[in-house]
Amino acid sequence: MIKIENIKKKFNGHFVLDGISLTINEGETVAVIGPSGCGKSTLLKLINRLEEPTSGKIIIDGQNIFNLSEDELVKFRQKIGMVFQSSALFDSLSVFENVAFALREHTQLNEREINKIVLKKMELVDLLGKENMMPSELSGGMQKRVSVARAIAINPKIILYDEPTTGLDPITSVTIENLINKLAKELKVTSIVVTHQLSTIFRTANRIIMLDNGKFIESGTPEKTKESNNPIIKTFINSGVW
Amino acid sequence: MLINVENLGRLVIEYIEEAGKTTILFLDTFTGIFSGKSNIRLILDQMVKIGIDSIPIAITSAFFVGMVFAVQIATEFVKFGAGKYIGGVMGIAVARELAPALTGIVISSRVAASITAEIGTMKVTEQIEALNSLGSNPIKYLVIPRFLACIFMMPLLTILSDICSFFGGYFVSVYLIKINSVDYLNSAQQLLKYNDIYGGIFKSFIFGIIISIIACRKGLNTKGGAKGVGEATTSSVVASLIALFIVNYFLSVLLFK
Repeated sequence: MIKIENIKKKFNGHFVLDGISLTINEGETVAVIGPSGCGKSTLLKLINRLEEPTSGKIIIDGQNIFNLSEDELVKFRQKIGMVFQSSALFDSLSVFENVAFALREHTQLNEREINKIVLKKMELVDLLGKENMMPSELSGGMQKRVSVARAIAINPKIILYDEPTTGLDPITSVTIENLINKLAKELKVTSIVVTHQLSTIFRTANRIIMLDNGKFIESGTPEKTKESNNPIIKTFINSGVW
Repeated sequence: MLINVENLGRLVIEYIEEAGKTTILFLDTFTGIFSGKSNIRLILDQMVKIGIDSIPIAITSAFFVGMVFAVQIATEFVKFGAGKYIGGVMGIAVARELAPALTGIVISSRVAASITAEIGTMKVTEQIEALNSLGSNPIKYLVIPRFLACIFMMPLLTILSDICSFFGGYFVSVYLIKINSVDYLNSAQQLLKYNDIYGGIFKSFIFGIIISIIACRKGLNTKGGAKGVGEATTSSVVASLIALFIVNYFLSVLLFK
């Protein structure tokens, strides 16, 4: 379970997140939505402790992650996989080396075992056979799927997706959305998806959390959100994509 | 007037802050070397990129600077009948100053730019955050291999530059200015001390620290997109060259006075 307690984050004197409190249950797929600059990506980075908060707590598995030591943080990050908006694949490494990265860093597995796991993850994202390619040789959608394979290589319990379908064509978006659902079902991971895309929200999420101006607005199932009377949510739903 | 003073004050604070952060990166890097095992493959990769790949430019520039230096001093020395001391003067100048400083300049231009551009691009494309999110430490993965490669390869490149500059001077002195080759080599043997050579090599070791840490710091601090990478790269070369010249003066005073 992820418990976010009154989290605040200030950048250049401006609160990007202003007292957010949330609970995300194990196995849930939650979509975090809201206009650009409302703090969605910052929230993801705080959950992975890539950013430090101005104040507040995030409790994962009973531990406030901001109290973790360097060594504890390394172990903690093995529980969380992150898919970045720009895919963020290491461009000097091949696809295989990208996916094998965390396995080589954090496990004592031999090359044969690493090879087996990498191929299994590549199969899961439907990219078997592309292991020896370099990231620059792949399309945007393929890069995103490699990024997912890299994130799940050491079997995290939580996967954070930062705009996983932004900039992709509708068919590739559906592929990624199916992949998010497949991982949630087969690996039973908790997924947090930050997105603007309505299709991604309604095809993947069990619950939608709306943020605006750094504040929590509303949380509910996709059906409940569609019927919401909140003007900000109504505008979002009616505009299609924000 | 008040605004100018305020801007100047802000600039001074920024420089002090940057110097402090660069020092912290150096300390983190230094302590990082001794905590946990280092990735030998990454260090060897960087040694090839920083050291082996720099050999052609380092020896070519050293050879020609040695030749130019010999042209300048040999003609004057001959006028005063001191032609037989040219080898010694060349040896001292090359070992103490020319080779380490020239290698430092070459490496600053070539390697500092490349390190900053590579790390800076990783920064703006979220690859540094990806490293962190995968539980890897950017200092361990990116900075330490470059730091170690620089401090190992700089002295080796300086030794090569020593040899090339000295024999560049030999070539001009003996074949163009017609100095006796035995005189050239004998005077070098008599005037050049081991301390001159060791001092120059020690300087290059310090330059290796300066160049690698400044280049990595500028890369890790890159902001914005392609423009940010360009600015960080320029600033990295300028900062490492200025630092190198200042430190070179103090090291020369300390080592050779």
